[in-house]
Amino acid sequence: MEPILQFKNVSRSFKKGRIPIPVLQDIDLSVNALEFLCLVGESGCGKTTTGKILSGLLAPSSGRVLFEGRDVSKLRGEAYRHYRRSVQIIHQDPYASLNPTQTIYDILSFPLFRHKLVHNRTQARDRVAELLTMVDLTPVLDVIDKYPHQLSGGQRQRVSIARALTTNPSVIIADEAVSMVDVSIRIGLLNMLMDMRTSLNVTIVFITHDLALAKYFAWDGRIAVMYLGRVVEIGRTPDLIGEPQHPYTRVLLSAIPEADPQKTRSKQHILLRSEDIPRLTELPPGCSFHPRCPWFVEGVCDARVPQLAPVPASASASEVACIPLTEGAALTLYTP
Amino acid sequence: MIGAVKPTIVENTMKNDVILQVQDLSIVYQTPRGDVMATTDVSFDLRKGETMALIGESGSGKTTLSLSFIRMLPNSARVTKGKILYSRDGVTRDILEMSDNEIRRFRWSDCAMVFQGAQNAFNPVLRVRQQFADTAAAHGKTDKAWIKQRTLELFKLVRLDPERVYEAYPHEMSGGMRQRSLLALGVLLDPQIVILDEPTTALDILTQRAIIDVLKEMQQRLNFSIIFISHDLALAAEMASRVATVYAGEIVEEGSVEDIFYRHRHPYTLGLIRSVPRLSRQQDELMSIPGEPPNLITPPSGCKFHPRCMFASDKCKVDPPPLVEYEPGHRAACWHTDKVAAARIAFAAQD
Repeated sequence: MEPILQFKNVSRSFKKGRIPIPVLQDIDLSVNALEFLCLVGESGCGKTTTGKILSGLLAPSSGRVLFEGRDVSKLRGEAYRHYRRSVQIIHQDPYASLNPTQTIYDILSFPLFRHKLVHNRTQARDRVAELLTMVDLTPVLDVIDKYPHQLSGGQRQRVSIARALTTNPSVIIADEAVSMVDVSIRIGLLNMLMDMRTSLNVTIVFITHDLALAKYFAWDGRIAVMYLGRVVEIGRTPDLIGEPQHPYTRVLLSAIPEADPQKTRSKQHILLRSEDIPRLTELPPGCSFHPRCPWFVEGVCDARVPQLAPVPASASASEVACIPLTEGAALTLYTP
Repeated sequence: MIGAVKPTIVENTMKNDVILQVQDLSIVYQTPRGDVMATTDVSFDLRKGETMALIGESGSGKTTLSLSFIRMLPNSARVTKGKILYSRDGVTRDILEMSDNEIRRFRWSDCAMVFQGAQNAFNPVLRVRQQFADTAAAHGKTDKAWIKQRTLELFKLVRLDPERVYEAYPHEMSGGMRQRSLLALGVLLDPQIVILDEPTTALDILTQRAIIDVLKEMQQRLNFSIIFISHDLALAAEMASRVATVYAGEIVEEGSVEDIFYRHRHPYTLGLIRSVPRLSRQQDELMSIPGEPPNLITPPSGCKFHPRCMFASDKCKVDPPPLVEYEPGHRAACWHTDKVAAARIAFAAQD
């Protein structure tokens, strides 16, 4: 399958005063057409920045982003507009991402006029009504002329999803798209997003900090686990959840509470060597997880930067960035 | 500890180990659009050393409920009915009847509260030790050696480097460290109850794990009771000994953590449990609860959950179901608990 979006060695840093903060480092990532891909990580791992670069809202500091095989930075005119129309993003906070002074019709019709997808008000109203129906905001007339503050959080997030659909995209980046809505309606929204793959031929990249939610969303797809600006493990979801390889993935999975009292209380927790998350401005040398890693190998992990590779003779086909693992060593607990 | 003031002492009707008893509590918010019935006829007991989780969605009234225990409700709120009885050392008082001075001392000495996003609760221009000393002084404890010793002891208990944190300013600590310092501050005066409002929501997974472990250890050592408010079912499964499901301002089900997760009888509890993905399962079959939480100015008639309930019958639209005890300590308010049980068994077959 030809990847629809691709990162080639992408890095991105932001400047705080004169100090550059490396938020993403050397990311290689392919988004295959119509797959479920999930980016998972804790705050500050670079998952939102990745989403913004994928959707063209940010440019990489170095490296290339390919859309349908073509370098995005070289696209001009109609080709560039085609890319921007084709890749849409849903932001996390439905309270902040909708303009409070515009009605739902204004919000949804603006991109339609901007991209000349409609030519007059009648067409625009029809198309907006169609979009609202797609996201189950019915009856349409109850919603279309309202302002965002008149809707509930769940309804607003549906408007955000409808807005992402205005330009008939082929890829939607959903950045924590359900984390601000209530538990009881979260799965409904997620199921709706998942159904769009088949009904609208959209590839969905789902960004979340919640591994259980990622597992549910991408069971037939892949998960990429990020830590401090790098992908540390990527693989098919059943592999990654069932046979986690990278120490960080293992620690994360062991730490997550489960909604089952007996299971969650009998879980074995892996202890970190340190609970302090390094600052992005003072990243440790070698593998950036090494100061916390329970299986740290002196002279290896603090000396060389690990690259993604499969683990030899493993039950999992995931690629991991961990030198002891990819060089075929067994993990042994570090003792100073 | 507290100079018991005679007039507010009430007759003790509580069992030995019950330290907080909420009786038929109703709270409304007065707004220009009408009265919001945030809490309606809530009753429950909190026993010594237990952890009670209040779970429910935003707007279900769980924060209102917990604020009423320390009388911190906003001015627009009015308690229209009920009592909140608190018992310590054989003396029982109604929190709602305490004088201003009594309630001031009750807060923190008897009942501490850690708010949501509390990592920002410290004063940024004072050293942490100063804030511990101020809190102690406000409650009449001025023995500097005692304060220092207690503070350092508590830092050790929450797994912080005592010497480093004692002299630190809040900005010198990470979010997780601040949260742990705050837990230490919460138990400084040896309260019987600690209320935690979404204690881990703003934190990363690994920090969250550290806080959970620290809380469990603290509770074991100091034997206080915890009331915690969360929408996170996994956290409740991990921490709670008892769970109350709150919907539209009412407790709709209450029981031991096993009752709630394995033997639930209310369709809302069932709906919540069915909407949470679990790592330990293969592919799960999840379902949302249809619709949205109701408007509490004009709540639905009968059972407030009926517009979203798949088992709703005509009876549910008219008669509000009473909270009935099904097993000792397990109560639920639903006319169709048998149907919920059947659906629960079908869902549990996934494990």
